This record gives sequence, C-alpha cells and structure tokens, in this order.
Amino acid sequence: MKQSLKNVTIPVWNAQQHLNQTVKGMPPSGIRKFFDLVSEMEGAISLGVGEPDFVTPWHVREACIYSLESGNTHYTSNKGIPELREVISESVRCDLGLTYDPAEQILITTGVSEAVDLAFRATLNPGDEVIVPEPCYVAYTPDILLAGGVARTVPTRLEDEFRLQPEEVAAAVTDKTRALLLSYPNNPTGAIMTRSDLEDLADVVVENDLLVISDEVYAKLTYTGSHASFAQLEGMQDRTIILNGLSKSHAMTGWRIGYAMGDPALVGAMTKVHQYTMLSAPTMAQVAALEAMQKGDEEMLHMKHEYNLRRRMFVSGLNRIGLDCFEPRGAFYAFPSVKAWGLSSEEFAERLLKEQKVAVVPGSVFGPSGEGLLRCSYATSREELIEALDRIEKFLASL
Amino acid sequence: MNEILEILSENAKATTSEIAALLGRPEADVAKEIRDLENAGVIRKYITLINWEKLDQSFVFAVLELKVALQRKTGYDAVAERIANFSEVESVRLISGDHDLSVTVRGKSMKDIAYFVAEKIAPLEGVQSTCTHFILRSYKEHGVILTEKQKPQRLVITP
Repeated sequence: MKQSLKNVTIPVWNAQQHLNQTVKGMPPSGIRKFFDLVSEMEGAISLGVGEPDFVTPWHVREACIYSLESGNTHYTSNKGIPELREVISESVRCDLGLTYDPAEQILITTGVSEAVDLAFRATLNPGDEVIVPEPCYVAYTPDILLAGGVARTVPTRLEDEFRLQPEEVAAAVTDKTRALLLSYPNNPTGAIMTRSDLEDLADVVVENDLLVISDEVYAKLTYTGSHASFAQLEGMQDRTIILNGLSKSHAMTGWRIGYAMGDPALVGAMTKVHQYTMLSAPTMAQVAALEAMQKGDEEMLHMKHEYNLRRRMFVSGLNRIGLDCFEPRGAFYAFPSVKAWGLSSEEFAERLLKEQKVAVVPGSVFGPSGEGLLRCSYATSREELIEALDRIEKFLASL
Repeated sequence: MNEILEILSENAKATTSEIAALLGRPEADVAKEIRDLENAGVIRKYITLINWEKLDQSFVFAVLELKVALQRKTGYDAVAERIANFSEVESVRLISGDHDLSVTVRGKSMKDIAYFVAEKIAPLEGVQSTCTHFILRSYKEHGVILTEKQKPQRLVITP
C-alpha cells in the first residue's frame, strides 16, 4: 500500500480484475507452443503456415506505390471505394452467376477476419446459437462468443471427406439457433462442398429459418470442378452472407482486404458496425486490391496451378510413406491421419518437430474432431515439401 | 503449355519421378514423353543458370548489333548460321528495328571480345557494320532476378 497525494491509500493495481469475462475465459491459442519451438529452431521446415508463400505480384505492389506517390492517403467511403465494389460485383457475377448491387450489397472490410466478426455482431442477439462445422478455422468460435452468441460445433469426419452432414446439422438445431456457418474450401481439412452437398443442407436451413454465413476465402483455390456457394441455390441468396477476400487467391494476406456480400439489410447492419469500429479499410490496400482484381487473373491462375502441382505430389507422397490422407480438393492444406501410429496429433506434431524438424499443426487445434489428424500446408516450395516428406518418413521409421 | 515442359523450364533437375508426382501421372508415361520431346528436338539442352558475378573468375559478355546485307536466296540465314558456329557466340537472333542481328558473345576479357569482333565478325561478307555493347551488370536472366535481396519472411506458423 502506498499513500497518494491526497492521503488516500492506493491498492495494488490488478489488471486481471479489469478484464472482460469472455475475453478472460478464452483459451490461449493452441499453436503458440509450436510457434515458439519452431522460432528457436535452426533448419526447421514449417508446413504450419496458413498463407501463400508467394509475394504479392509486382504490378499490384506497384499500383499501391503509385497511389501513395499520388497522395491518395485519405479515408474512403465506409463501404469501400466504389470501383472496387463494382469489380467485385462483376467478378461474383462471372464466378457464381449472382448479382449484388455494389451500392447496397457489398462491403469492403479489413480482411475477411473483420467480415466474420461483423457478420456475427450484426446478426446475433445474446444467447443466439450458431452452428459451426468442425474442425474449423480458429477464429469463428471466439468471434461468436464476443458477439454474445453461442457456438454449437458439429463434427465433420474423415469418412465423409470432412463434408458437413445435414443430419448432424439438424441434430444440433435448438430453438435458439439463428445461423449456420459454412467454410468451404475448408481450413484445416482442404475439404470442399459440391453443389449437391450444399443442396442437401438447404432443407435444414429453410425448415429452421437459418441465416447462412459462408466464408469462401479459399473459393478460387478449388482444384476439382468449380467452387459452389450456398448462395447459388435457388432462393438462398437472400439468406446467405458471402465472405471473401484477396488474401489467399492473390497472395495478399498482409494487405488485409476482404469483403461481405448479401441482403442490403444485413450488409447495411454490418456497415454500421464497420463504420463505428474500422471506419474504412486501408485506402492503399483497397487500391492494390482493385488492381489485383482487374489485372491479376493471370498470376492468380499461375499460383493456383503451382499449388495444384504441389497438392498432387504432396498428398500422394503422404500416402506413400504411410500417412493416410484423403484428397483435399481446395485451399492449400493436406489433412493426413496419424491414428494408425498410436500417438495423439499433438504428441506426433511435437515429436516430429523435435526429432526431424518438421513443423505441422495438430488437428486438435481446430477442434476435438481434428484429433488424430495433422494440418500440413503445401503453400511452401516443392523442394521443402520433398525434404519434409523425407523427414516424416524417417520419423515414421523411428516409431 | 505442355505441363512437363513448364516444369523442366523452371527446373532442369526435376526427375521423372518428381514430375510424375507433381502431375499425378505414371512415371513411365512421363519418361516416354520426355524422350519423345528430346528426340523431336523440342528439348534441346538442360542448362544451369549461373550467376557469374558471384565468382572471382567471371566472364565478360557483350551484345553485338549487326547490320547485314541481305543475300539472294539465303536471306539472313547464311550469315547468321556462320556467326552461330563460333563457340564464343552464345545466341544469335534476327531482330526488328535499326539492326538486323543481335548476337550475345562471351569472352574472358573485354580485349578478348574486341579482338573476336574485329577479327571474326566484322570482316564477314555481308556484315556491314557492328556495334558492341559490353554488359556491365545483369539484373535478371531467364526470369530470375539475380540481385534478389533476402526473401521476406513469413511467420513460421499461422492458423
């Protein structure tokens, strides 16, 4: 205890008492331990990176530099620069055959991460439940909690190639369920949902009057057939919020540009939250995104082609050395099973890193149904992938 | 573009088994197709891109611009092929614009190249004029930036 100037005793400051209970209750990230281990290790190969290994194409960086030289440093409208919303509208018309009014139905966000957060905050009331397929990207559940909602996870399984099963969704619905989150192509599994898989879900969605929040950030990285969106199903466009961005498709993770598309009332509500929190996405990054969407198709396809080559080589390599892996049809992850090797995914990942210096992410980080599986990103060079396969094979031989 | 050629053009060391794995095709098929491409003269040589500037003992390169008198019947081919035969010559190209032939030459020194041009190229019948540009520094060759700085680092693990 100390005496203050006014002779009031000042208690010892305890920051913990000033934390929000929801934030306090959030578990620490499951990848932290691996991050620290890899960072200190010389010569480690990391298959744990959830972003492209390509640098943003030069013409995109150059457009941003030019924009800065021209002094283009002001806020943009809350929704984002009109030309960017127009080109997004045009692109979704081409890709999905859907029409979104750039003035009312498209919002540019600071990465898809912000769009996910906005979608929950703009639609959930306290206690509302959201169904989340699992294993899934680590942000959904915390974002739902922060919005006052409750995440109801539904497992997806290897035997279904990690596609969401309608019976499982129906079984998870309660009278408080408001929304279904979809995330395909999926991080961490690499699974996709085809149009007919999505059609099977539509009945449950309509019967329970659910809103669908569809994170499609890996849509462009679909290697077999073309990407299908829930919004394309008859009558489903209005009840679906599509979230997408340029991070994965155009190797633009650090620029933080995403977008949300949907019913004007939903996008309008998201825009309100956005305007009072983010105000607008960074102007220079929006300019770069415009260049990427207008003139970046060739590089985008080139990168996709390269991922596809690596995907074939790496997945067949995993199966050859004895890690069962179903064919991931999207994103840039392989999700092999280690169940036959008698180790938990975390033990496997930790020993693999310590003994052979290959970093992967244990599937359990992405939810309990990821147990026994590993997320291996093939967004790394062919040479590193070949070397990693060699090292994993040596590790398996030592078990 | 042929997918095998695309892979080999980026990495001449890619083995048939690596290429087969990348393309998801049987190794025997890939091996046969490569043999066919070699036999047909589509694949001419497997080369290594060397950054000579990293070595103490390096070479001098020059680009020669040649004006050539067109010859009846043989056009540019006869003189171009004569020039191509010299081992000092790395490439010979017919180009549009001010000049006719663009020739890349490799030598041990500038003097070496100067003599070569004066003795072997300039006197050739059909060569009307030469202009020698010595290459001072190479920034990019075969799509590879040679002056590349350290690669930007990604975080080692991200969700």
